[in-house]
Amino acid sequence: MSKKSNSKIYWNKLKNWPLLLPVIALILVMAVNIIHDAAIGENPLSFFMISLRNTTTSGTILYGRIIDIINRGSEVAILAIGMTLVVSASAGTDISVGSVMSLCASFMCMMLAGYGVSSTTTLAMPLAIGLLCAVVMGIVCGAFNGTLVAHLKIQPMVATLILYSAARAIGLLLCNDLIVYVRNPSFAYFGAFTGPIPTPIIITAICIIIVSLVLKKTALGMYIQSVGINARASRIAGLNSRLLIFLAYTLCGLFAAIAGIVASSRITSADSNNIGLYLEMDAILSVALGGNSLGGGKFNLAGSIIGAYTIQAITTTLYALGVSTNQAPVFKAIIVILIVVIEAPPFKAFVRKFNASRAAAREV
Amino acid sequence: MENNVVLRARGISMTFPGVKALDNVQLTLRKGEIHALMGENGAGKSTLIKCLTGINDFEAGEIHIDGINGTIKNHSTRDAQNVGISTVYQEVNLCPNLSVAENLFIGREPLTKLHTIDRKSYNSRSQKIMDELGISVDVTQNLENYSLAIQQMVAIARAVDMECKVLILDEPTSSLDDEEVEKLFKLMRKLKEKGVGILFVTHFLEQVYAVCDRITVLRNGTFVGEYPISELPRVKLVAAMMGKYLNDLESIHKENKDFTNAPMEISAKGLSHTGTVKPFDLDIHKGEVVGVAGLLGSGRSELARAIYGADKANTGTLEVDGKPVKINQPIDAMNKGMGMLPDDRKAEGIIADLSVRENIILALQAKRGMFKLLSRAKQEEIADRYIDLVQIKTASRETLIKQLSGGNQQKVILARWLATDPDFLILDEPTRGIDIGTKSEIQKLIIKLAGEGKSVLFISSEIEEMLRTSNRMIIMRDGEKVGELDRELSQEGVMHAIAGGEG
Repeated sequence: MSKKSNSKIYWNKLKNWPLLLPVIALILVMAVNIIHDAAIGENPLSFFMISLRNTTTSGTILYGRIIDIINRGSEVAILAIGMTLVVSASAGTDISVGSVMSLCASFMCMMLAGYGVSSTTTLAMPLAIGLLCAVVMGIVCGAFNGTLVAHLKIQPMVATLILYSAARAIGLLLCNDLIVYVRNPSFAYFGAFTGPIPTPIIITAICIIIVSLVLKKTALGMYIQSVGINARASRIAGLNSRLLIFLAYTLCGLFAAIAGIVASSRITSADSNNIGLYLEMDAILSVALGGNSLGGGKFNLAGSIIGAYTIQAITTTLYALGVSTNQAPVFKAIIVILIVVIEAPPFKAFVRKFNASRAAAREV
Repeated sequence: MENNVVLRARGISMTFPGVKALDNVQLTLRKGEIHALMGENGAGKSTLIKCLTGINDFEAGEIHIDGINGTIKNHSTRDAQNVGISTVYQEVNLCPNLSVAENLFIGREPLTKLHTIDRKSYNSRSQKIMDELGISVDVTQNLENYSLAIQQMVAIARAVDMECKVLILDEPTSSLDDEEVEKLFKLMRKLKEKGVGILFVTHFLEQVYAVCDRITVLRNGTFVGEYPISELPRVKLVAAMMGKYLNDLESIHKENKDFTNAPMEISAKGLSHTGTVKPFDLDIHKGEVVGVAGLLGSGRSELARAIYGADKANTGTLEVDGKPVKINQPIDAMNKGMGMLPDDRKAEGIIADLSVRENIILALQAKRGMFKLLSRAKQEEIADRYIDLVQIKTASRETLIKQLSGGNQQKVILARWLATDPDFLILDEPTRGIDIGTKSEIQKLIIKLAGEGKSVLFISSEIEEMLRTSNRMIIMRDGEKVGELDRELSQEGVMHAIAGGEG
């Protein structure tokens, strides 16, 4: 008897867990893999298998589909951190992050290779300065967006549309219209391996840990949510609403820069036209998949991160299922629609009612 | 259904997470009557109304409407309007960025033959409606350009203009001044003659006895009784609402103290905010309660906002505790020991999606700064202490503040400021829209704070409650401080001062 009521308590706790749906979405995507593997006669758990492989270029590395997803999902996960803060504080989205990634990468590569140089193996200046340039550029872009939104009260979508369209072009300008290659191992490190682990995974983990600690140890999370829910009331209660919105956009720019460094390092070049392409949409989608309202206010960072990896898992799964690169977005859209519908409040209310009426029918 | 009944609700029950909001409640509304729905905060008045209008999905019970066979269950305000139930809520729920005319016709715009919106008749019809009600507005102006009082009247005009059998007025008068209230009453009596059943929710007892025919009393989500007005004198009504006799209000007495030699807490010289309040001087001593009297729009809120930095002062100087200070925004004022409970609870008070705990500690946390986070244990301790101290009725400290009734939300905001331990507290309409029990608690609290040597600036539409608590009163008229009354405070004297003219 007591056991039954215990399990009921756990069930109720689980039902109110904010990450329940994002996690279920991720599990669903994994389940598709398992079923597919079983159907084609492979080991059903091959999706989860992680092995060590020897490669000629990087030595012994971790290998497996899970590792691949976490590795390739790094950029979106990093962007999702900043996007979560922006959405919460300003009830708007920063659609410039993909372009800003590209701009930061271009600026960094131009500094490392020297202006007008299209390919180099030796660095024109210390790597640290190149990285710093990327980070500063990201912060400047974020601050620009933040000023427009927080101080000039321009709608976030319009304000960030400016850099969305301009940043890539500025990057090309900095690179003298070239694709700048920096074929230097110390630079390639950020997209390669640290021991057996892909470096992007480590960078993402560090970002997540630092932000989580900041949210846990300071009042930033509460401040941002409070401003996002009611900026006027927050101001009366002593918060600097403008500064907080500005800060959220600046942080978002910083994370775009970090994602840009990773993306650029992977391909050891600054390909202005391809780095970060469409990633702003994936970042926004991550926030939504994580169960966060795009109307601002309350946020759940863990949800956004899970959302980011869910998107990558969908992409990887589709390729594993043999869907061609050109058609993948169609299937991705279908899956996203399903997930978003499941998480929508009216659908949840419908399920609750359905369950209640069934329970009532059973009692009769 | 028996004759002349327009609305009958039976056995309505409704549960919110952790709270039984309504338990087997009934309501009968007859044709051409004004029916008061009375009860304290959290008694279930707003919840019951929301069940009638389709905002809340009640669990049990039935609702009958005249002219419709069988029970009805509304799922949206639109459903409710279709069966003839129109509502004006406590807080104005219109679109501030649309014009008055657009607000009047949202969702039922007059159309031309081509099914486009007929703007011409739109504006002229709107103007006609407003003129008939005696509300002087330019209907092409955006609603946000008008005071809260006018916005409220537009909301009423909108409800009235829809062919309704049942008109529900949920605290419509809480932001209106006496003259406007009288206009509204006139209108209500007119509608009553037309046979509309009016359900009137208010906290002002005088108003109930001025216009109502019957009273239904709720207490703690249950039905207490339905009485003709003649059978329920005030004392009995209060007793029915509170479940006990109460002479609390009479027991509130301020100390009569002479403050001329007391140290100064606040000293403003020539402070002003362009467009809202003209330069004023104001001294407030430590331990003194100063009331601000004036009509709506007289600049009484704006005076306080200029001191607090909610609207940055354009001219003048401010001294706190004898030292000159520069206040650019609220946090500067808070760091000098000030706090302000704003009059618009929904827009400037509550953080709706945060919990009671978070709402209580918010100002204290803002004062400490971002990097000095209060530990969770400390937050909970503070929240529990104030929930207990000001008796906030909530399922738990983690309940979202938006799930609380209006009066309890107000108590949370009050707790937020008490938690910062202010030396100078501005209370702008702290008792608006809340019940008598809470009112007297707040008034007692003001006197207690003053006893501890703190200063309070108390703004209210109810002169009576300011008389009860204030040592001195300042009078505002047309954005200007026109006078101060410090002895022989009387209702009549204050009214004369507010009205101005000779004498």
